[in-house]
Amino acid sequence: MIRVAIPAHLRTLARVEGEVQLEVEGTVTIQSVLDALEARYPVLRGTIRDHVTKERRAFLRYFACQEDLSLEPPDTPLPEAVVSGKEPFLVIGAIAGG
Amino acid sequence: MSKVRVLVGTRKGAFVLTSDAKRKSWEVSGPHFTGWEIYHLKGSPADPNRIYASQTSGWFGQVIQVSHDGGKSWEAPGGGIKMIPGGMPQGESNRFVYDTSPETGKPLTTHQWYDGTQHPWEFKRVWHLEPSPGDPETVYAGVEDAAIFRSTDGAKTWQELSGLRGHGTGPKWQPGAGGMCLHTIVIDPKNPKRMYIAISAAGAFRTDDGGATWKPINHGLRSEYIPDPKAEIGHCVHRIAMHPSRPDTLFMQKHWDVMRSDNAGDLWREVSGNLPTDFGFVIDVHAHEPETIYVVPIKSDSEHFPLEGKLRVYRSRTGGNEWEALTKGLPQENCYVNVLRDAMSVDTCDPCGVYFGTTGGQVYASADAGDNWAPIVRDLPAVLSVEAQVLP
Repeated sequence: MIRVAIPAHLRTLARVEGEVQLEVEGTVTIQSVLDALEARYPVLRGTIRDHVTKERRAFLRYFACQEDLSLEPPDTPLPEAVVSGKEPFLVIGAIAGG
Repeated sequence: MSKVRVLVGTRKGAFVLTSDAKRKSWEVSGPHFTGWEIYHLKGSPADPNRIYASQTSGWFGQVIQVSHDGGKSWEAPGGGIKMIPGGMPQGESNRFVYDTSPETGKPLTTHQWYDGTQHPWEFKRVWHLEPSPGDPETVYAGVEDAAIFRSTDGAKTWQELSGLRGHGTGPKWQPGAGGMCLHTIVIDPKNPKRMYIAISAAGAFRTDDGGATWKPINHGLRSEYIPDPKAEIGHCVHRIAMHPSRPDTLFMQKHWDVMRSDNAGDLWREVSGNLPTDFGFVIDVHAHEPETIYVVPIKSDSEHFPLEGKLRVYRSRTGGNEWEALTKGLPQENCYVNVLRDAMSVDTCDPCGVYFGTTGGQVYASADAGDNWAPIVRDLPAVLSVEAQVLP
């Protein structure tokens, strides 16, 4: 089971509390995790990645195991600790006022 | 007794204000969508329980929310939890994709950027949602970068009416300081195939065939801030209003100048008259008097607050030119708020109710056509939009 942590506003939008747990088939990558997240919570489509290009939205970053994965190719395999569920895959919003 | 509902979009959520027809005592519900910018929300004229809302964020993009019970509960159409991956696509309600098809979208590639270079169209947010007068399932969306989309399935899916961007002047459109937004959609109640839209800063456009083709309707506008003040496009139109009984008569608040047209926008003439400044954002028409109109003059170009710190609505009972200041109940000193383009509305009670919201978070109401004002609420986040509707 893959653990995914998303920002509070997206938890409200998806009507979930705490981390999301997902089954991901095949190789666990940034793309396959986000595909599974959006398949389970369709309202999140377009909120993390662009609907068409699948590019990450500018004010969001991806982290796992204290590493910034934001600029890694989408098909990059995630660390074993994420695959095993020991560590979550983090979607983090930029901290900003306003 | 009928009720009045005022929908308020703010920088940090939406609020629903309700009263009986006396409009003296109000209930406040909200915030809904806490922390998100709610650019606009509006009820369907055909089914007031149906409300469409534009929920947007610089972080997370665009979400469309719909209520089927008058604002008590909300859903993103097709966006609910999905237990089994695969199957039919869902969550398309947030998907606004420009038409790039070879047949209709191929030439629609770039518009003019601030520095004069060409820039690709990039969807940013929905500024305005206009439900169809007759069909609760049909709703139009005015978006930034400027384009108009239509949904005929209750906001589940959206399709661009690309004839607007495709009529030929698109590469000359340019953003105003607030972005290149399509912020006004006015549907002719007697002829649903005729619609008007306005874009900052391209101007006003009209379709007579339900959105397939469009033409600029800016003849008579004069804008000293563009190289050719009488150009076909490039004017910063802030708002257009119409009285439903006279759909060929339009009133416009432009970046500068208050204008009117009596031939569906084919020709405009200035009616700023004795206004203390003809800059402003909002304009609206009395529900029962087609020649009574309202504006809120604002000091510009850079200040964007009321002249002399006095918040005054101006009313003309002659369709423009002759204006009177309405001040009773409005702050007449130290007031430095703005009233944004979608933040004024009227109800259809008798006497007509008039409402507007400010960037200081006040929503003011007048239950007597503007003679007297009182705040419904004083301390909301900055108000982006106000929509009043009488409920049966």
